Amino acid sequence: MSIRREDVLRVAELAHLELSEHEVQLYLQQLDSILRYVEKLNELDTEAVEPMAQVLTASPAEADPLREDLPRPHTAGEHVLRNAPEARPPYFRVPKVIER
Amino acid sequence: MSRAAEETRLPASVLSQYEAVIGLEVHAQLKTQTKIFCACSTRFGDPPNQNTCPVCLGLPGTLPVLNRRALELALRAALALHCTVHERARFARKNYFYPDLPKGYQISMYELPLATGGWLEIEHDGTTKRIGITRLHLEEDAGKSLHEGFPDSDRYTYLDFNRCGVPLIEIVSEPDLRSPAEAYAYLTALKQVLEYTEVSDCNMEEGSLRCDANVSVRRRGASRFGTKTEVKNLNSFRYLQRALEYEIERQIAVLESGGQIEQETRLWNLAAARTEPMRSKEFAHDYRYFPEPDLLPVRVPAALQAEILAAMPELPAARRQRFQRDYGLSAYDASVLTDTRARADYFEAVVRAGAAPKAASSWIQTELLRRLNDAGDDIQNSPVAPEALAELIALVEAGTITAASGKKVFAQMFETGKRAAAIVAAEGLSQINDVAELERLCREVIAQHPENAAKYRAGNEGVFKFFVGQVMRATRGQANPQLVNEILQRLLRQE
Repeated sequence: MSIRREDVLRVAELAHLELSEHEVQLYLQQLDSILRYVEKLNELDTEAVEPMAQVLTASPAEADPLREDLPRPHTAGEHVLRNAPEARPPYFRVPKVIER
Repeated sequence: MSRAAEETRLPASVLSQYEAVIGLEVHAQLKTQTKIFCACSTRFGDPPNQNTCPVCLGLPGTLPVLNRRALELALRAALALHCTVHERARFARKNYFYPDLPKGYQISMYELPLATGGWLEIEHDGTTKRIGITRLHLEEDAGKSLHEGFPDSDRYTYLDFNRCGVPLIEIVSEPDLRSPAEAYAYLTALKQVLEYTEVSDCNMEEGSLRCDANVSVRRRGASRFGTKTEVKNLNSFRYLQRALEYEIERQIAVLESGGQIEQETRLWNLAAARTEPMRSKEFAHDYRYFPEPDLLPVRVPAALQAEILAAMPELPAARRQRFQRDYGLSAYDASVLTDTRARADYFEAVVRAGAAPKAASSWIQTELLRRLNDAGDDIQNSPVAPEALAELIALVEAGTITAASGKKVFAQMFETGKRAAAIVAAEGLSQINDVAELERLCREVIAQHPENAAKYRAGNEGVFKFFVGQVMRATRGQANPQLVNEILQRLLRQE
């Protein structure tokens, strides 16, 4: 097994998730299977391959997709505020932030 | 000795055995109209959540697009700080959960920053020191949490996302700073460069310039660094120095009592005037960075770099040197006049309008800056235009009015915005150069004070000033002082 119980608990903690013992075991299995699947890549010799972070690249001739610095007001803000689980317009509101 | 030092009560003999090692992380807001990845306005002070959209609110299905201007300004800053700009940079996700970050991650740069390996020179204690810049990268700001000030603030936190997605550059220095004063000098010099290059307006009150510090101490002569702490919340120049002084002396006190420094993040508590450990430190450094899949790598072609270098405005250090060289100013005067770009521009406009550089320097420093300071105004808004100041200087240099009258005229120009010549004419302030008229006045003054005249003739030269004073008073300061001197001497010796 390439993943340890502590790793699962740590990831859960970082994601602010509380896991039951059953879930810990379940995710341990699932994460392990995912990692083992990806580990197959280590079998390849990638010495001469340039690292690639994403499959999309602008072609060398094309200019990069950049946006001009021109303001364009958006009206979605109000809708989003109305649809927020909690709001006190004009603010969004969340349960008191508790430092963990 | 600083206040913090008094509180820790460590004797200077102990403090002097240690040396501080400081590196600064500075965040500066780029001077753009819109956010880094969407077209929302970056204007300060707008109603809460007015400048938000699905992109900066982190709604699913939205995609960021990089702001060209933000990239250009970041590159300008990198080049002004002598960094190596990389042809390929990459955005990364910095993951953490906090309500002011709706996406659950901040788009920043990690493994491939925009630029690395630069430097900035600081002047401190009469010497110049080069401070290394480790890296400079682009990132987005978070929103603003309001924990207090609402009736239900005991149960709720309020959020304003106007700041969320505002473009920032983070500039990380090498641990080259050795004292709070050097850190202050570095931040000052950095702010000056960012203002000169119009990369940021560096307004600390509006949060467009923020500073964190990495601090450690070691015994003098030691080659290894001590354990460092990160001090956050240093959002004014004054507090930067005080917080660093406090933290350095705190660390020395811990070591002196046989303890060890804990690597941690501390917050500067302004009200208590001390640094305090942050409560949630266990999460501090597990951001699980990974390459941002929604954005292409940033390409910086050589041509773009060249274009930005070509358009680079003169930097503060170069301007200081040029002011000394071309205008014959002292290092001090050059430094005062180049403090801000606006001030340097004003000075050069006065010189261009015909004033002698030294006279312009002196009038700006003694009269204009003092009055602006009293009025709490910036030189950009000076009620006396550069050309108007040059006219006044010309009147004084030509002897039309005395220097003393010049100051009075300046005061009126500042108050009313009127031109010098108009004030001189209206107030009848023209200098009296008429020898016959002055001689008549001098004779009168001598005749009115025979006892002082006798004293002078008996060898009491000190009393001469009395006569000059009387003549100046009689002419409301308009008499040509040199002529008055000559005439009085001649008359007093004669009789």
